Amino acid sequence: MTADRVPLLRVTDLHKRFGALAVLKGVSFDVAAGERVAIIGPSGSGKSTCLRGINYLEPPTKGRIELGGTVIGACETSPGVWRRMTDTELAPQRAQIGMVFQLFHLWPHLTARDNVALQPQKVGRRPRAEALEIADAMLAKVHMSHKAHEYPERLSGGQQQRVAIARALAQQPKLLLFDEPTSALDPELVGEVLNVIHELAEEGRSMLLVTHEIRFAREVANRVLFMDDGLIVEHGDPVSVLGEPRTERLRQFLRQVTRQNAA
Amino acid sequence: MGYLDHLLHFAMPLVVAAGVTIEVSVGAFALATTLGLLLASIRFFMPSRLVRLPISIYVEVFRNVPSLTHLFIIFFGLAYVGIRLDSLVAAIVGLGLIGAAVLTEIFRAGFEAVHIGQREAALAVGMTPGMTFREIILPQTWRVTLPPIGNYAVQLVKDTSLVAAIAAPEIMFTARNLVVNTFQTTLVYGIAAALYLAICIPLSRAIRRLERRMAIPR
Repeated sequence: MTADRVPLLRVTDLHKRFGALAVLKGVSFDVAAGERVAIIGPSGSGKSTCLRGINYLEPPTKGRIELGGTVIGACETSPGVWRRMTDTELAPQRAQIGMVFQLFHLWPHLTARDNVALQPQKVGRRPRAEALEIADAMLAKVHMSHKAHEYPERLSGGQQQRVAIARALAQQPKLLLFDEPTSALDPELVGEVLNVIHELAEEGRSMLLVTHEIRFAREVANRVLFMDDGLIVEHGDPVSVLGEPRTERLRQFLRQVTRQNAA
Repeated sequence: MGYLDHLLHFAMPLVVAAGVTIEVSVGAFALATTLGLLLASIRFFMPSRLVRLPISIYVEVFRNVPSLTHLFIIFFGLAYVGIRLDSLVAAIVGLGLIGAAVLTEIFRAGFEAVHIGQREAALAVGMTPGMTFREIILPQTWRVTLPPIGNYAVQLVKDTSLVAAIAAPEIMFTARNLVVNTFQTTLVYGIAAALYLAICIPLSRAIRRLERRMAIPR
């Protein structure tokens, strides 16, 4: 029964500094299995750094990340003595966490299908035929089957991002991280990507989503974290956080964002 | 002696010498690409100063001293301290080591041309750094580096003429001997030029074909 009480993701006192600049100043939160958490906040508030800290693409300066009760990115060499893991040691842990980037980062030398099949084949060590089956199923999920044999260069931004989502799904991850998945897209392409994320949410997938789309956060997330200046300033269910902001900082942020969306 | 016999009399030794030119080129190219890729990869994986410094010194020493000086050091200099290399071996080793310095820099630039996000995306799906290098970085590096590597290969074929100075029996060494014995300057050097063209033009074309074949369809 303890499994119920251990959150899927637990972030404890996360700090990150780049030289003299402190970007994260002690961020703590949980994500329960099946929960969808949106992180909002002004640019420079540390939300992307926080997300990238979770799979150690941006190794935190201090703090603790646990996935299903297991510490990520560090191992105990002797009782009480912890050591940072190498990228090789981190690989199997990162494989459990899917990540979708703002700029997609599809691999340009591979077709859409091979972009998705590479992980199951190389990391999952499945036979090629099986990896391709997974790829086809995931591309179908993001409605990209018709472009399976195209190279990324020939796809629109929205299509590339959908393939990137399929690539993350092919990992069969316990948790999906979205790092501003629609910020680099032309406005008319945002909808197709949000629809796919919406469908994944309805499947009950656990996700952590950094976004500027406030309306989308309200629709999709069970919980919203508002970050400013390296700290979580407000958190709670989307209706109360976004509907009745308690701090002036969040009120100001919401005013700015809604003005942009209206324009 | 008819004109054709006359021509063949000079052409045959030069064609044989062209075989040596090709041999030296292929040998030096193989050494240069292998060592260049190795050094660039080491520098890619181990950014520590302790590793970078010797590689940087190697690159600078071989890029900033004339090839002929290196060839003389390897052939005559080593002989002076008792290591006597065959002139062909010295030619391949000398040109190969010089080429490795050039190719280390070409590969380094190639690795750097691959966007950082490519590596991050690979690590994020759970690839190890080795897998990332093999599956993501290298395939993209080849495409970027193929044109400069092609230029280098053509330059290398022409530079093999330098090894005439250490008596490797390639085209220019043989040509000069023929001229000394027969005084047919124009004819002999003309044939030599034709042989270089006959090697380099197909080489350039083959490289361009390879570039087209490897290009990512857009």
